[in-house]
Amino acid sequence: MSKIRNVETMTLSRRSLLRGAAAGGAAFAVGGVFAPSIGRAAGPVKIGYVTPQSGPLAAFGEADKFVIDAVSKIAGSEVQIIARDSQSDSNKAAEAAKSLIADDGVNIMVVASTPETTNPVSSVCEVEQIPCISTVAPWQPWYIGRQGNPGDPKSWKNFEYTYHYFWGLEDIVAVYSSMWNQIETNRIVGGLFPNDGDGNAWGDPNVGIAPGLAKAGGYKVIDPGRYHNLNDDFTAQITAFKNGNADIVTGVVIPPDFTTFWTQANQQGFRPKAVTVAKALLFPSSVEALGPLGNNLSSEVWWTPNHPFKSSLTGDTSAQMADAFTKFSGRPWTQPIGFVYSLFEVALDVIKRAGDASDPEALVKAVQATDLDTIVGKVHWSADGPLGPIGANVSKTPLVGGQWRIRDDKKSFDLFIVDNSNAPAIPVAGKLEVLTYA
Amino acid sequence: MSLLNPLIQGVLLGGLYALYAAGLSLIFGVMRLVNLAHGDFIVLAAYLMLACVTALALPAWVALLIAMPFMFALGWALQRLILNRTLKNDLLVPLLVTFGLSIIIQNGLLLAFSADSRRLTVGELEIASWTFGDISIGVVPLITFIVAVLVILGLTFLFYRTRLGRILRATADSTEIVQIMGIDPRHVFAIAMGLSFVVIAVAAFFMGVRANFDPAAGPSRLLYAFEAVVIGGLGSFWGTLIGGTILGVAQTVGAAINPEWQQLAGHVVFLAVILARPRGLLARA
Repeated sequence: MSKIRNVETMTLSRRSLLRGAAAGGAAFAVGGVFAPSIGRAAGPVKIGYVTPQSGPLAAFGEADKFVIDAVSKIAGSEVQIIARDSQSDSNKAAEAAKSLIADDGVNIMVVASTPETTNPVSSVCEVEQIPCISTVAPWQPWYIGRQGNPGDPKSWKNFEYTYHYFWGLEDIVAVYSSMWNQIETNRIVGGLFPNDGDGNAWGDPNVGIAPGLAKAGGYKVIDPGRYHNLNDDFTAQITAFKNGNADIVTGVVIPPDFTTFWTQANQQGFRPKAVTVAKALLFPSSVEALGPLGNNLSSEVWWTPNHPFKSSLTGDTSAQMADAFTKFSGRPWTQPIGFVYSLFEVALDVIKRAGDASDPEALVKAVQATDLDTIVGKVHWSADGPLGPIGANVSKTPLVGGQWRIRDDKKSFDLFIVDNSNAPAIPVAGKLEVLTYA
Repeated sequence: MSLLNPLIQGVLLGGLYALYAAGLSLIFGVMRLVNLAHGDFIVLAAYLMLACVTALALPAWVALLIAMPFMFALGWALQRLILNRTLKNDLLVPLLVTFGLSIIIQNGLLLAFSADSRRLTVGELEIASWTFGDISIGVVPLITFIVAVLVILGLTFLFYRTRLGRILRATADSTEIVQIMGIDPRHVFAIAMGLSFVVIAVAAFFMGVRANFDPAAGPSRLLYAFEAVVIGGLGSFWGTLIGGTILGVAQTVGAAINPEWQQLAGHVVFLAVILARPRGLLARA
């Protein structure tokens, strides 16, 4: 009943395209390559984009306007980007995807931001036979979570129209264990896994992070069980971790829950040596919300302005893009910016190579043949990599580990990369420091 | 397994739920209005205090003192200008209007404050606690519970010991008869809504200190407020405290058995109370 539709249509006049092209040579090159497809496709090629612009996941959609603006300028009038709000709800995300396909007739779909957004949209596209590229969700919840029988690896089948790139839980295991190996602990880890797409994948006793951590460094995970998001009390988990004598806390926790947990843990005298959680410590604002309690908390890092990658569209470095975002929005950079941008890099590259963008099969062939260096690293789907056949659907981007350090003003934080064992090309800025308590 | 710690933490959590619920119960008691935007107004009040804290560099508790009269005025104006027009005999109209307000507030806050999850800070006090053996009692949760009791004492005193309270109760009983006595029910309703908004400001303060809030956080707060009101009995102040406490204890004890049962235990208790006593534990006649 309360359908809030956010349609951003960016079509530019020929004149402004030429102006844009004159400004940057790279843009001109892209515009030129698009030229042959005009004759065949009636009207512009349409890219559908489903994104959480409102609701609890809205922070992931923060860069949408910036990215769509920038990409539309480069792509010109032959490409139209149509964005729809998922309202952070998986049912609404599926509806948005259906409407983009049925009402707007999009040729290709891109989608990002947590399994709650990527999975429903990918599933709709698979059924409707529209090519879909997704990111910003570990590949396990995306790939395994969409299988008929997630518990039986033998029954897993590849997808024909949907392709994903991001890192996976095996990277989390590698990065986290390598970070924790830098300090002296008893290797007992308390796990906070909520009852959502991410939490169920991470906490799975067979394919989650626990068996990997045991193998990687003899880490033992205490898992008190799935809890509901937006939890008001973590006494049960804190008691379990205290009784189990955990030196480390990990998990995949939404920001409000982590604040509740960490405040209560401090109140109830639970003092781990390292706290490394995903999701909650992604955005500078959520670390700042913790105040001094946020110092030396650590997290996985997928993209920073220091990542040594460049935009395939403009040649801008990560740092230049982060600056441009801050200039555009007046807000600090966040990790999803690079990934949202890279989605359109891949989409434009695919359209360029597909020839006839009105033919889904041609687009799928082009997606499968992708080999592109984007702002977040290489995107290349191949069944010959370490993932085996799954690699035909899943391409991996590098993951490193970071630690938030408070500045002298006692308010703002800097993210230091403290582990790059998984991606040596990304420079480290220090070592993991043990948490200290007053 | 010791249940004492979950019990104590649950009672303290119940104080917060009672604060969420008290404002809702108050307006329902006076004018049979269900404010579906209650949770969103709590979040709005939290942002108001946050704005005071960041713009004027005030401590959070001073921001609360500033927000209370402001929220009273906002509640008063809301009732006078909008909600009074909806209070005919149809329950559905105010429901729809407050539902719309809820959407407007969420998206307005998203525009004004972005999707960042924010928090009110009270410095060292946040993590201060008293420890007795295995059990640690956080200072902030304890203050929350004490304030909840004080708020409910205050509301009870106001309703049953003052002239304004008599007018509020009389208006709740019959809007026609109070008009014969020369009282304008629209004005009384506006005052009731203003009072409810003062309680909202207090609830917002303790919510913001306990955890993060973001523009979309409202509806989840509303759910617990509703459950606490229904468990305790519609329109009863002490009922909201009892309802909130039962809800809090059910959650923490449920979680102590298995974290998956935390929310479920709260909802099951809620359903059990509805089945056993549909009007709540301390229902007014």
